[in-house]
Amino acid sequence: MRVAQASRSDQRAERSLGALSCAILAIVLGMVAFVVMKAWPSFSHNGLAFFGSGGNVDRQLGAIFDSPADPRHYEYTLRAWPLIYATALTTAVAIGLGLVVSTLTAIFIVEFAPGRLRRILEPVVRLLAAVPSVIYGLIGILVLVPFVGDHLITTERKASVIYVVQLSGSSLLVACLILTVMVTPIMIAIIVDALRAVPRGWTEGAAALGVNRWRTVWTISVHASRPAIVAAAVLATARALGEAIMLSMVSGSVGFSPNPLDGITFFLEPVRPLAATIVDNAEGLSVKPFGQMIYAFAALLLLSSLVLSIGGWAAKQPLKRYGVRV
Amino acid sequence: MAAVAPQRTAAREPTSTWRLGDRAALTACWACGLALCALAAAICVFMLVKGLQYLRPELLWTHPVSGADQAGSGGFLDPMIGTVVLTSLGTVLSLPLGVGVAVWVVEYGRPGWLARAVESAVEVIAGTPSIVLAIFGLLLFQQKVLGFLSFQAAGGAVFGRSFFAAGAMMSLIALPLVFASTREALQSVPQHVREASYALGKTRIATIRRVLLPAARPGIATGTALGMGRIAGDTAIVVILLGATLQLSPADGPPLVRDLKGTGSTLTSYVYNNSPAGEGNAAEKAYAAAFVLLGIVIALNLVIDRISRRGGALSWTR
Repeated sequence: MRVAQASRSDQRAERSLGALSCAILAIVLGMVAFVVMKAWPSFSHNGLAFFGSGGNVDRQLGAIFDSPADPRHYEYTLRAWPLIYATALTTAVAIGLGLVVSTLTAIFIVEFAPGRLRRILEPVVRLLAAVPSVIYGLIGILVLVPFVGDHLITTERKASVIYVVQLSGSSLLVACLILTVMVTPIMIAIIVDALRAVPRGWTEGAAALGVNRWRTVWTISVHASRPAIVAAAVLATARALGEAIMLSMVSGSVGFSPNPLDGITFFLEPVRPLAATIVDNAEGLSVKPFGQMIYAFAALLLLSSLVLSIGGWAAKQPLKRYGVRV
Repeated sequence: MAAVAPQRTAAREPTSTWRLGDRAALTACWACGLALCALAAAICVFMLVKGLQYLRPELLWTHPVSGADQAGSGGFLDPMIGTVVLTSLGTVLSLPLGVGVAVWVVEYGRPGWLARAVESAVEVIAGTPSIVLAIFGLLLFQQKVLGFLSFQAAGGAVFGRSFFAAGAMMSLIALPLVFASTREALQSVPQHVREASYALGKTRIATIRRVLLPAARPGIATGTALGMGRIAGDTAIVVILLGATLQLSPADGPPLVRDLKGTGSTLTSYVYNNSPAGEGNAAEKAYAAAFVLLGIVIALNLVIDRISRRGGALSWTR
């Protein structure tokens, strides 16, 4: 009797916990479905040209915002390339820089740092990961942006592009630098875990053959943890893609695509990634076609982060062999 | 005289024999490590100086008002209350959810494909930008069915922005952290502990409640503290789902529910709105509020350090 009762309560617990888990699954599926559904009109009106370039994206957004109240005359035309390009550009530069810095720092923490410095570095990495993005943005907009605007951009340089875009200091350069600082701690954490999990015998074997310490780390440990480095880059990419607040503060908020042929000016030109566009235009969500356009940006971000999640999962698979849990 | 045990000395290898490239790489390692320390120190010192310069005690207990200049725009009592309320709401929602899902995945997890799907769903949530969660939340809470959770206009239009809405989405931000650390903690409990409990005639659920969860408590606490830090530091959801109004503006209803149905702001949105990027453009207020916010985050970090030092290994930042 008691046993039957107990097993019934056990079953009940299993069922309710299972229901909770299914709710999470439902939330994720619902999120994807809801956002894509809401965004659909913007995609279907523009077709693949949505991803192309053409015209001024800010003017197009303005036209959508001011579109007539009659649903048949809604304005949807948008060429989102400058925003997509800005997202890709900031993310790629930040991840590229961050990959170098974080790999070197991870090697330093695991292999070369004296004990005392190592004990300082670990909380430092955790601290840098925990600083809210709005504080990074605040420092960026109040310190770095004026510095770049006053000291790195000469009046001649400003005058040379004044008919296209204004150089104020809010620029690709500042955005990428701060984004690098924000993604580096995430990557360091993952790479350090992987470097520590490399079997000691492997590195000791190399050392016994007379290979110096740097070569040992580089050829044995780093090569063995390549999957972790890829996984770190993928996770950090997801973080960088979705960073909205900091980028809307320092990137200049102009829908402009910088031209790499401009030389140094390229880095000083303003951009506005997708996520920052959503934050900047949050007030317009109640205007129907404009809201649908904003949801289209969100859908793009959501789908790319989905792809990245899958990519990150795939990249982590080889690590399981070494028993690294990431 | 007792024989002195041979001491292990650190392997000191003279780098002067290394090739130039190797030495350059080693220097780069040192440079990166030291630069990171310098950066963290610079951020902390800078915020400390600016914070002490602009933080007046009365800012902490005066309400913000809209003023033309920084002298007349009040303090940030309401945003501080907002941060506390939103963080506790998000934590209260995400703690049972995260622990429950982790327990199910680790301890039950049948059928296997469903458990894997749930695990990847949590990972998808972890990878989803908070700005996307925010406007998904707006879409969700503007549905008529959920209108009772926020301000509802006379025409039936649902405002969709409230502490409830923001707290619900914030719980999704904290969920992956709580889930991951609970799962790690449960997985690190040795199998024979479970078997001993079953051998005593305990049911599964009794084992979970009396044996496994107490053992996993440090892990759960770490995850929760990490989640709280993430919630306190998030801006996008506050700006979009909490309305980021200057003062707490309650909706209608019974006392506590009224406030939670209403809109407000947190320290993060206060900093954002008072920076040159927002409308306020009051840099001194922004610095002061950012200093308080950074203090909260660092305090949470110290708590995490404390727990993990007592509870064993720490899984870094995640």
